[in-house]
Parts: sequence; structure tokens; C-alpha cells
Amino acid sequence: MSQADLVVRSAALATDPQTPVDLFVAKGRVVALVASGTRPVPEGAKVVEASGLILLPGLSDVHVHLREPGQEWKETIATGLSAAAKGGFVNVMCMANTDPVNDQACVTETMLDKAAKSHPKGPRLFPVGALTVGLDGKALAPMEELKAAGCKAFSNDGRPVADSELFRRALEYASDLGIPVIDHCEDPYLAPHAGVNEGVVSARLGLRGAPTAGEAIQVARDCLLSKYLGVPIHLAHVSCAQSVDIIRAAKAQGAPVTAETAPHYLILTEEACEGYDTAAKVNPPLRTRTDQQALLAALEDGTIDVLATDHAPHAAHEKETPFDEAPNGISGLETALSVTWELVARGELSAKSLISAWCTRPAEIFGLPQNRFQEGDPADFILFDPAARWTVTPQSLLSKGKNTPLLGRELTGQVRAAYVAGKNALQA
Amino acid sequence: MTWPHKDLLDVTQLSRADATEILRAAKSFQEINSRPVKKVPILKGKSVILFFAEPSTRTKTSFDVAGKRLSADTFSLAKSGSSLTKGESLKDTVLTLQAMKPDAIVMRHNMSGAAKFIAERLECAVINAGDGWHAHPTQALLDAFTLTERWGGVEGKTVLILGDIAHSRVARSNVHLLRLLGASVRLCAPKTLLPHAVSSWGVPVSSDLDEAVRGVDAVMCLRLQLERQQAGLLPDVREYSRRFCMTLPRLAKAAKGAVVLHPGPINRGWEIASDLADASESLILDQVASGVDVRMALLHLYLTRKERKE
Repeated sequence: MSQADLVVRSAALATDPQTPVDLFVAKGRVVALVASGTRPVPEGAKVVEASGLILLPGLSDVHVHLREPGQEWKETIATGLSAAAKGGFVNVMCMANTDPVNDQACVTETMLDKAAKSHPKGPRLFPVGALTVGLDGKALAPMEELKAAGCKAFSNDGRPVADSELFRRALEYASDLGIPVIDHCEDPYLAPHAGVNEGVVSARLGLRGAPTAGEAIQVARDCLLSKYLGVPIHLAHVSCAQSVDIIRAAKAQGAPVTAETAPHYLILTEEACEGYDTAAKVNPPLRTRTDQQALLAALEDGTIDVLATDHAPHAAHEKETPFDEAPNGISGLETALSVTWELVARGELSAKSLISAWCTRPAEIFGLPQNRFQEGDPADFILFDPAARWTVTPQSLLSKGKNTPLLGRELTGQVRAAYVAGKNALQA
Repeated sequence: MTWPHKDLLDVTQLSRADATEILRAAKSFQEINSRPVKKVPILKGKSVILFFAEPSTRTKTSFDVAGKRLSADTFSLAKSGSSLTKGESLKDTVLTLQAMKPDAIVMRHNMSGAAKFIAERLECAVINAGDGWHAHPTQALLDAFTLTERWGGVEGKTVLILGDIAHSRVARSNVHLLRLLGASVRLCAPKTLLPHAVSSWGVPVSSDLDEAVRGVDAVMCLRLQLERQQAGLLPDVREYSRRFCMTLPRLAKAAKGAVVLHPGPINRGWEIASDLADASESLILDQVASGVDVRMALLHLYLTRKERKE
């Protein structure tokens, strides 16, 4: 390994904040991570003083909506990746529900081209290809072509496949190619995109709610198929305790399922929809405190593998409507680490689980570049200031999507630098 | 009394004193409606836009009559005749209306929360004439007024609300207002027409009408919409009427002198037997008359609020 050209000094590790460390990087790769001051800084190396900052591996977000092509007024690949970098993400997987849908190589290639031009230092973009043509749930998408163009997974996210036979065949075909399938679990008949949980709040506000069973039924179907076929399925944005119970049982029986949840399910409940707040309208909907606790426990014991933002930016005027008319979605890239770090600070989530869910497991499941701070790993890391306090305002967000129920809330912790292969993606 | 509210969005905004004041005012306006010339100049120079994005006979006409009897100028706008059909957003439509400087907008809309949505964006008074499944405050107030007229008050009385509770703004508003005024409320409906979390409302719930009606002082029937059958919530209207149609024999199980109400429009033979609808126990037309009294009171309170403060 060549001599280090970058040294990060006196940073703290999230799992051992009392022992400062120095990170040595050469040509975009990790050389060593050592106790601070135990190895001399090579002459000419760039030194980054990181006292008081937490050193984390770069985060991977396996579930974002970047809206380009087709809905650039909500977000572009350029603005979305800027927001991702600000949030500490070095790898970003973007969903296929663009317009046109990402169901052919030319769309994938366009996305990758835009990312390379707007963000040559990263974050890296990994498109998710459509599972079915046009996301219509009728015919399989050309998955080999999409894989060859650069897709890392397939999904019908946003428009789940209700036809179980077609979904089975899609799983089998994708597994031939060695590419994982991400499923949005929603029985379209039981839970038609309501955006609010079926419960006390929906009953009071006179809104049609989505029952947890509408999600859990599809989770159960997917777990059964995964076990039966022996193929992996990644379950997107799990929101409720019922789903967690089913996933835990399936994993115990050897089903190769993995699962994610999003930060908003961990910090907000259905009460956020009171007053018809469309910023809190998301699919699946925000649930109850009981569901929240089940999700936290599942992250801790590994039943839920991954945290993902489900970043879903919308223009302000699109959310400025009566609740029923508003689109589902929360803009989440830039608040994700702060709010999950707060869970760590409060003792509701361990730092080890946080790193596993944001860094290790997503990279393992989807074959993304991964930094374990071992020699030769890509120098993907972030420096996080756990003491910084900032208020979420439209002006504070780089994403075009200002649609978050956290607007006005003061958060603790902010990303100061996000390095992708040794280069800080936060610097122009 | 200085009226503290800019808008009437939901009865949950009202204190018991507020509700009592509205009923008291309604009583004072009742007299005007029995005069040979039913017009007073109280709201002369005021303008009220009746913006009904959903069909309505009773509520819209009632507000229109109420406004005109108080000498306000009323203007009607339906969704079909508005730019909403051209894709204009609700926000832009109501901002356009506000630019014409009305003193109040009375709005009915098919979406829950729509009245709150516009009230937060408009300077003029907004009166909710029904929003989705959420609230119908003026209906609840006129129902309470009707029962008060009959009984002298609702305190200590028991009212059964019967029918499609899940999709009913009338039920949601009446459950709250009747309890606020001291009445007990029961609900009766097939489970498919009850909200999943109805237990959080804190009132007894039953799917057995013969049991639920025992000892009640009033039965408030709700309208059954045919689309509930099409949505698979009911087998058919015939079966619904066998189980849940209010009839004279069923009313005989209620307290002596019990009455029936219905917000209309009624489907005779489905929700209420035709002979009961026309019987002396029926307050259906009293409700319509009360509607004008109550809406005159509301327009007066909300349109003269600023003058009162000054």
C-alpha cells in the first residue's frame, strides 16, 4: 500500500467515543485506522483535524426517489445527490418510478450519465430497475439489459405487484441474474395508498386509513415465497409490528429475506397527521408508538437489517391541498442521520445497530462498495458533529423537496464532511 | 357576547357556552321566520359565497334562505361551474373568491379537512357545510336545536345514531356536540359501516338495533349511500333494511315519547319506514325548519364578529 496522502486526525468512533483514532488514506483507499498519535503523518499528506467529530463509514441509502427523468420540478439527480451528500450518504439507490419508468437501458444510462456529470466526486448512484414493464405488474421488465446498464436491484416500488404468480416468476428470473428484488409490501385492495394509519386519528379526522394488515399480508406472502423458492427478497419500508413478527419468524425458518425501515417510522406516529398535515402523509403511513417500539427492537436484533430514507420529494404546491389529494412522501435524505443519531443519544438504538443499518448491511445485501476501515477498503467515510444543533427549514435543505414534518424542529448532529473514495463530496 | 371564532370548522372548536349561545341566538331568529315578511336588515351590505363542491339541497338552500332573510347578498358556486373542473387547485379557487371580498364563504367539499385547509388561507369567515367524512357542524347544531325545541334541552337524554357511521360527517359532529350538551350517545351499525377505531370515541356501540334502541329518547337515522353496497360493505339494501331500518314497532322499544331524526335526503324503506317518516314522532321537517334558524344565528355571529369586537 502506498504512502498516505490524507490523514484524518483525532476523530472518535461511534462505538468507542473515548478513544480517538487517526485514519490514513492513500489514493482513495484506506491504509489504516489506528489509535490517535501512534503513527506519524507522512510529509505532504493533507491533514484533516477531526477532534470532537465522529468518524463513520459512508452511509448507503438503498431507497430514494430522485424524480429524474420526468418530474424535475420535484427533484433532479443533481439536487438529490447534493442532498444525499449533505446527509452523509456515499451510495444512493434510486427507484424506478420515474417518467419514463426505468425499465430499459437507455433510462438507466441517462441517470448514470447525469450523476457522473453533476457529482464526479460522488455520491455514487446505483439505479434500481423496474421489475415489470412500465411498473404495470403485467410483464417482466428486461432485467438482464437493466443489469448490464448498471441497475443494482429490481423493484416495482410505488406500484406493488398484486399478482402473486407474476411476482414469483419475477423473483425466479431476477435470482438467475443474481440481482435482489425489493418489494413494496401493500395489498392494494386492503390499503389503497391512504397515507394515514387506520386507527384513532383516521377515525376522528374522517379519513380512510390503511390498516397494518394491508402491509403484513404482503410481507407474509413475500416471506413464504422467499422460503419456498430459496431466493432473496428485500422488504421495503416496513412500518408496523405485525410485519416485524412475520419477518422474525421467517428468518428463524431460514427464509433469505431482508428488510428496511425508514427514520420517520422511528420518530413519528400517526398523531403527526393531526390537523390534516400533508407533510406527514406517507405510504406506508406513520403508525403507533407500539409499532415504533417493535421497529426499534427489530433493528437492534437484526430482524430489520437496513435503514433507508424512502426520500420522496414533492413540490410545495403539490402538498398544499386537502389531505386526500396530497401525494404521499417525506423528503428525508438530509435529516436521516441526525434523527437516528438522536435515537442513539437517547439510548433507544445502539451505535452498533446504527452503523449496521446505515452502512454495513445495505452494502452487503446489494453489493455496494463498503468501508470497514480495513486496508484496501474504499475511503468512504463521514465526519459527523454530534454536538451541532440545527433547525430544519426550507432554506436549510438542498433537496428541492421541502416536504418534511420536521420543518421547524431543532435537530442534533450534522454531517461536516462526506468522503467518497478519499474525496469530500460536500466540497464543490 | 363577543364571538371568539373566525371560522366554524367543527363542533370540537366550540365550548358548551358557545354552543348554548348559538342555540339561544337561533331561538331569537325563529320568530323572524314566522313573520309574514321574513326579512330583517341585520346583514345588509354583507356578502356570502355559497361554494358547494358537492351536491346539496337542504344545506345550500337553508344557508341561502338564512342569508337572504338577514339581507345579506348570497352568491352560489358549484364545483361543476367552477375552474376546479379545469384543473385549478382548491387553494387558487378560494383565493380567487376571496379577492372578491366576501364576508364569508360557506363551503361543502368531498374531502375531509378541506374547510380547515381554506380557513387557514382566507381572511374571511369560513363556515363548514360538510367536509368529506369529517364534520358537519351546522347539521349537528340544528339537530341539537330541534331536540331542544322538543324537550327543552338535551341534558340527560339518550340519542341513538343509526346507520353508516364510518362515512358520516353528521355522526362525527353529533357524537361530540350531543355529549358536550350533556346527552348520552349510542351508535348502531353493521361492523362494515363503523370506523375500525370507533372504541376510541368512548360511546357504546352495537350491531343489534333491537337491543340498541331500548330506552333511547331519540333515534337519529343516517342516510345509506348505494355505493357502500357496490364497495362490498353490505350484501344488499334489502338485507340492510331488514336489520337496520327504523320502524314504528322498533321505536316502540324506545322510551315513551321517543322521536326520530334524519338529516336527509331520506331513502324511504331503507333507513326509515315510510309511515314513521310521516308520523308525529318524526322531526325530519322540524330539522329543516331549525336549519334556517340555526344558520341565521351562525351567519349573524360570524359576520358581525369584528363589529362586536370594535
